[in-house]
Amino acid sequence: MSDITHDHHDHRPSGWKRWAYSTNHKDIGTMYLVLSMVAAIIGGAASILMRAELHEPGIQFITDPQFYNVLVTAHGFIMVFFVVMPALIGGFGNWFIPLMIGTPDMAFPRMNNVSFWLVAAALILLVIAGFIDGGAGTGWTVYPPLSSADYHPGMAVDFGILALHLAGASSILGAINFITTIINMRAPGMTFHRMPLFIWAMLLTAFLLLLAIPVLAGALTMLLTDRNFGTAFFAPDGGGDPVLWQHLFWFFGHPEVYIMILPAFGIISEIVSTFSKKPIFGYLGMAYAMTSIGVVGFVVWAHHMYTMGFNVETRAYFTLATMVIAVPTGIKIFSWLATMWGGSIKFDTPMLYSMGFIFLFVVGGVTGVTLANAGVDMAFHDTYFVVAHFHYVLSISALFSMYAGFYYWLGKMSGKRYPEWLGRLQFWVTFVGVNLLFFPQHFAGMAGMPRRIIDYPDAYAGWNMVSSWGAYVSAVGGILFFVVLYKTLTSNVKADANEWGVGATTLEWTVDSPAPFHTHEVTPNVAPEPAE
Amino acid sequence: MKKNSNLLSKIYQKFSSLVSLSVASICLLWTQVSHAAEPTPWQWYFQSPATPVMEQIIEFHNLMFFVEVGIVLLVLGLMVYIVVKFNSKANPEPTKTTHNTALEVLWTVIPIVILIVFAVPSMKLLFFMEKAQNPEMTLKVTGNQWYWSYQYPDNGNFEFDSNIIPDEDIKPGQRRLLEVDNQVVLPVNTEIKVLLTARDVMHNWAVPAFGIKMDTIPGRINETWVKVTKIGTYYGQCSELCGVAHSRMPIAVKVVSKEDFKKWLKKAKSEFASSDDNEVLKLAQFKKSK
Repeated sequence: MSDITHDHHDHRPSGWKRWAYSTNHKDIGTMYLVLSMVAAIIGGAASILMRAELHEPGIQFITDPQFYNVLVTAHGFIMVFFVVMPALIGGFGNWFIPLMIGTPDMAFPRMNNVSFWLVAAALILLVIAGFIDGGAGTGWTVYPPLSSADYHPGMAVDFGILALHLAGASSILGAINFITTIINMRAPGMTFHRMPLFIWAMLLTAFLLLLAIPVLAGALTMLLTDRNFGTAFFAPDGGGDPVLWQHLFWFFGHPEVYIMILPAFGIISEIVSTFSKKPIFGYLGMAYAMTSIGVVGFVVWAHHMYTMGFNVETRAYFTLATMVIAVPTGIKIFSWLATMWGGSIKFDTPMLYSMGFIFLFVVGGVTGVTLANAGVDMAFHDTYFVVAHFHYVLSISALFSMYAGFYYWLGKMSGKRYPEWLGRLQFWVTFVGVNLLFFPQHFAGMAGMPRRIIDYPDAYAGWNMVSSWGAYVSAVGGILFFVVLYKTLTSNVKADANEWGVGATTLEWTVDSPAPFHTHEVTPNVAPEPAE
Repeated sequence: MKKNSNLLSKIYQKFSSLVSLSVASICLLWTQVSHAAEPTPWQWYFQSPATPVMEQIIEFHNLMFFVEVGIVLLVLGLMVYIVVKFNSKANPEPTKTTHNTALEVLWTVIPIVILIVFAVPSMKLLFFMEKAQNPEMTLKVTGNQWYWSYQYPDNGNFEFDSNIIPDEDIKPGQRRLLEVDNQVVLPVNTEIKVLLTARDVMHNWAVPAFGIKMDTIPGRINETWVKVTKIGTYYGQCSELCGVAHSRMPIAVKVVSKEDFKKWLKKAKSEFASSDDNEVLKLAQFKKSK
């Protein structure tokens, strides 16, 4: 994408300095997207290795079970911190927040550069954590005592901790940047209640990051000192408690899932509105549904810990609080459907992915209502049912929103139009693949199959085989994506400034495609239209 | 009489597992026919419950399951309708509707009502599961890397380890990754308090047919209870990532009649040393007497 700004006469550094020293929100956004794709290849390879190992009962080719646990861990970390977050927040956030609110760049451009390079360094540390001293086989939850120095001697877990520290620092800097930019630099006339929903989503995400990441950082530091400096925060033999880690981790971990899915909500809202050629239905309801999801998301963390043994009243509270989240989530689903209702919809690839997102999110959402109940969770906790649930509601939903956003904005970012038929083919392959991959896991989980095991009782063979085939199909979808990307970047089909027509009303469609190096040098005015 | 009912239940088990195999996959089957206490090939639903807790879990789950399938089908149906009716060819002119207060109130209130309908049985189940009413005996479970230790504190306090039977020693008919050398034995129709802890890292003692899944945490003792209503052998697996051999620490519970349990206790007491006894001292005395 080095020819993004080919025809423009802006002052900008060239060669490697353009990227390494970049303070340009579009270049930094592009680097985030590239990093996300690189990490997706690593994280995706880990999934394929795991599914290939689980294809049949017995050990197939991973002779060291520790390596399997390392794959489980690396897959989780890489997908969460280095694929979804960089793409949705770093990538699309950097690219489109300034474009959509009508400002030339982010509030702190140089801090933006630091954010990116911190996360790049973090990725390298995390990959090292997978290969040094037997690797970190703790799962992404890093529960002590398994993650303590007694059971994970060597430097692998320390590398992982440092990787997360850097990624966390990057996120906090990014969050400060986003919040400052969105609050202070909106175009005249763009009040909070007139911001695009994508901007709402990014603002809320930034607040969640700012509040959740420091808790993770504290917990990680305590684990680091437990491992290296003789403290005993989480060590029972020193008066500590492993459960304290779980509380701290999930106090971060639950908001983290909304950090990943709120930007997805934003992207889907923009696309559904654009392709239906209608403004979003129930705009205020949508904005405040996201807000309440963000707020309530902070007080439900212990639903990840129902089997840990705390008292029944606490479990009752967390059950009820968790179920509350279903209400704003339902509002969002039905508002998207109502936006489409009466629309004049063209089912191009971004719209297909958005509808795919809604379907996957609903399937994962209803199983979430089941799992919210502490009583029933006894049957599901730590089984493949949970794996199916969170991959539906979070992982492949986030993936679909990333694909959707990418197809939606690829013209704006590259100036080229992607081949539509190939995009649609890529959607259908991926849609079939992920459902084949994750739906059977509900069954295996209900029958009792635990998570994070390298080998399973022979009775679970059937669904695991189907699931593995689904993984291979999804991987073909992933490869097709890179084919689409290559075809687009090498094609001669230019994308119009507004390639989606009358439905695309946000400010990024008022600038050229590809977006010039500097945009909105004259602040656009979006003063309210006369009342309808 | 007892033997007779045992035989009957065995026949019923055989019959019902046949039925469930053929029927379960064809029709939507929520009332479990099978009494299998282990997973079966292509099983897509719960293992058959063996405790009142698990029965109630399944009952409550089914209530939610119906409603949730309905919600998914509703959304799917609406999306299909949208694709057919509101594509750009069928509907060239989009409407301008962006608000409908009645509709918005409706799709806020209806989910709230559904959640209240869920919450009531959910709370009932939760509080029912919490504590045994009149526990008659205690079982202590300790998780170790990578085996389970079982202790009978109020039946002589003997303790034994339960290790996996490795793949190479599995005999035909045995279940790979589920069989252990020493099964934990429990009496049927008895309320049993289960205390759980761990010696090294966290583990999780889980038996799907019992509706039990409880973390064993070093430095803590967790409590749960079980009352198994059907004689049989039940299988589970460690359900908390505990290191390299996490997939190789199964749980096998043999539930026997109260009489058989007493007989087993006698045998077990002599077979497994009581952990009250000072082994070092015993060894010293043994050497002395020699």
